[in-house]
Amino acid sequence: MLNAIMSDIHGNRQAFEACIQHAEAHNVGRYIFLGDYVGYGADPEWVVRKVRSYVDNGALAVVGNHDRAIFDPSISMNRNAELAIEWTRTELSNESSRFLELLPMTEEEAGRLYVHGNASAPSRFHYVLDTETARQSLHSTHAQLTFCGHVHTPAIYSLSTTEKLTSFQPVPGVAIPLLKQRRWLVVVGSVGQPRDGHSAAAYCTFDDQTWEITFHRVPYDVETAAAGIRAAGLPHHLADRLFRGR
Amino acid sequence: MAKPRLTSGSIIDGFVIGEVIHTGGMAMLWSVTRPDIDVPLVMKVPLLFEGEDPSAIVGFEMEQMILPRLSGPHVPKFFAEGDFSVQPYIVMEYVTGRTLKPLLAQLPRSYQETIEIAARVATAIDDIHRQNVIHLDIKPSNILVRPEGEIVLIDFGLAHHNQLPDLMEEEFRLPYGTAPYMAPEQVLGIRRDPRSDIFALGVLIYFLSTGSRPFGESQSLAGLKRRLWKEPSPPRAIRPDYPPELQEIVLHCLEVNPAERYPTAAQVGFDLQNPGLVKLTERAARSRPSSFWTSLKRKFNQNNIDLLRRNAMTAQIATAPIIMVAIDLADRADTLSEALRSQVNRFLETAPDARIACVHVLKQNRLTIDRTLDEGGHNKHASRLAGLKDWAEPLRQHDRQITYHVLEAVDAADAILDFADVSHVDHIIMGARTNSRQRRFLGSVSAVVASRAPCTVTVVRPRASVSLRVTNADSSVLPGTD
Repeated sequence: MLNAIMSDIHGNRQAFEACIQHAEAHNVGRYIFLGDYVGYGADPEWVVRKVRSYVDNGALAVVGNHDRAIFDPSISMNRNAELAIEWTRTELSNESSRFLELLPMTEEEAGRLYVHGNASAPSRFHYVLDTETARQSLHSTHAQLTFCGHVHTPAIYSLSTTEKLTSFQPVPGVAIPLLKQRRWLVVVGSVGQPRDGHSAAAYCTFDDQTWEITFHRVPYDVETAAAGIRAAGLPHHLADRLFRGR
Repeated sequence: MAKPRLTSGSIIDGFVIGEVIHTGGMAMLWSVTRPDIDVPLVMKVPLLFEGEDPSAIVGFEMEQMILPRLSGPHVPKFFAEGDFSVQPYIVMEYVTGRTLKPLLAQLPRSYQETIEIAARVATAIDDIHRQNVIHLDIKPSNILVRPEGEIVLIDFGLAHHNQLPDLMEEEFRLPYGTAPYMAPEQVLGIRRDPRSDIFALGVLIYFLSTGSRPFGESQSLAGLKRRLWKEPSPPRAIRPDYPPELQEIVLHCLEVNPAERYPTAAQVGFDLQNPGLVKLTERAARSRPSSFWTSLKRKFNQNNIDLLRRNAMTAQIATAPIIMVAIDLADRADTLSEALRSQVNRFLETAPDARIACVHVLKQNRLTIDRTLDEGGHNKHASRLAGLKDWAEPLRQHDRQITYHVLEAVDAADAILDFADVSHVDHIIMGARTNSRQRRFLGSVSAVVASRAPCTVTVVRPRASVSLRVTNADSSVLPGTD
């Protein structure tokens, strides 16, 4: 079955819708969400409801730092992110807030670990930024495959039986075979706020029969998403950066 | 010890194991069959020893990733693979035919034979490069010849795929490859330059045609590094009758700096197929190795090594296409000829390493035997060649590679398409007939070429003049007319 793995939607309805449409066209059978449904974007309530409806139908979802910040004031953030969270609190329905509050830190099934950030300490939301931090994450789990988000740049790391770590920048649309004698860490990129210089939304699909992973880039209506951020009175910087993918 | 799991007659994933075909240093090859597959098959099984050099495993992993993603006549067709949890293997087409290795028993080979083999190997290398793969271990024992003559490249254990993780790169500090064939940048551990395969092809041509290896057989790292600064002896120093055009090709492939080599295998193939058109440089004239002092100076010039690192790049094919310009000299319409030239110029601005093949088709009649002389007694072939050169004159600058070809054929479209196929043309640029009556009777050559070409086709047609008529109704609403 083909699994779609999406992370860091950040209240960007247009990007999320475009990815869902893309995934449906590719016959995705199951959705897995890696957190940060809210923050930055103008449609947090819509996004959380949509994720909830998938979870009600068997999708997996874990929590991200922005989601926790809604009800946990101890989560530290930069000023713009904090402003967005304050605004998001006023936007979310009680059910949606409650949904975020009950999300687990990690999910694991069939040797696959889903987590928002570095698996070494899921609740501390450390980043997987390089081979060093990737190794740290891979060493803290027995799962053969780890999927995470948090860093808004797609990447893939592999650990051999001789403890050698390989990193790779995936090419969109090219299926990568995940050799079964290795352990892999997949950073799926961000749906709602890509930061690798491309404005298109990022997510990936994983075929659990062939063990192939494909990273996708999906163009979406950036203008409308940015206009929503400005209209909501959120910092304009959050709208501008969507165009640059930075 | 290796796990003795496989025996003749046992069955793995439906494959019935037959006989051992070959035992190598890193893998064994078994013949296998499966009822639903009617081509001969071979199963490659890695030899895994405890505490063994992990390159055997990583090489096998690389091959498992890369081979299923390659297709076409120049690689063995992939059928199945098994992972390390049970029994690692790859099942692929058993290519009947021999490697080039037996040829090495009798060296040197003739120039003609060397050129023919090398041209076909260049085609195969170009094919895998276009599929984003660099072989990095081109040598006679990895080159199979099908009974029909087509070249098949085997063993992708050291290969690099542009779009897949390179497990070799991170795993090993030392360069991997076959010492005599390894390019200088490969010695430095760079695995992403397709021109490394062109260097290996140069070693192959040199070895086949002279009987000696350009950089000897040293296996030590110091011996390998010598090729970073020491040029090979020119082939003419070994065989005094060595053809200058072949020496030009071989030394062009063997340049230390990848940027000085041919940019693509397709361009090497082009020259090997048209040796008479090779542009000779100082390389062709060399008759002895560079002096001790020149080599020594190069040895201590760190810039050389920096150059190799800086030039490592992969987007070679995109900037070095072979462009074919089909020119209908009979159509003397100057506007078309000019439009064609300016179109070619525009492409050259974005593809500085492109080479241009100017082609004219000399039409032959089907029924009569054509005379090579025209009414005035002039040689048609020679005059068309002169016409082509004249057309291309304004394009000839910056040492650009331009060749001229007059093809004699009954059907112009067929001739253009054949040339494009054989010469690895990436882009055909041609003019369209403007005379519509002529087009109606003769059919449009450009339309046939565009529909059947193996590559991009640009059809150039000068803009026809249009007269704009303004109706009364429209003119009445034009602002500011009174």
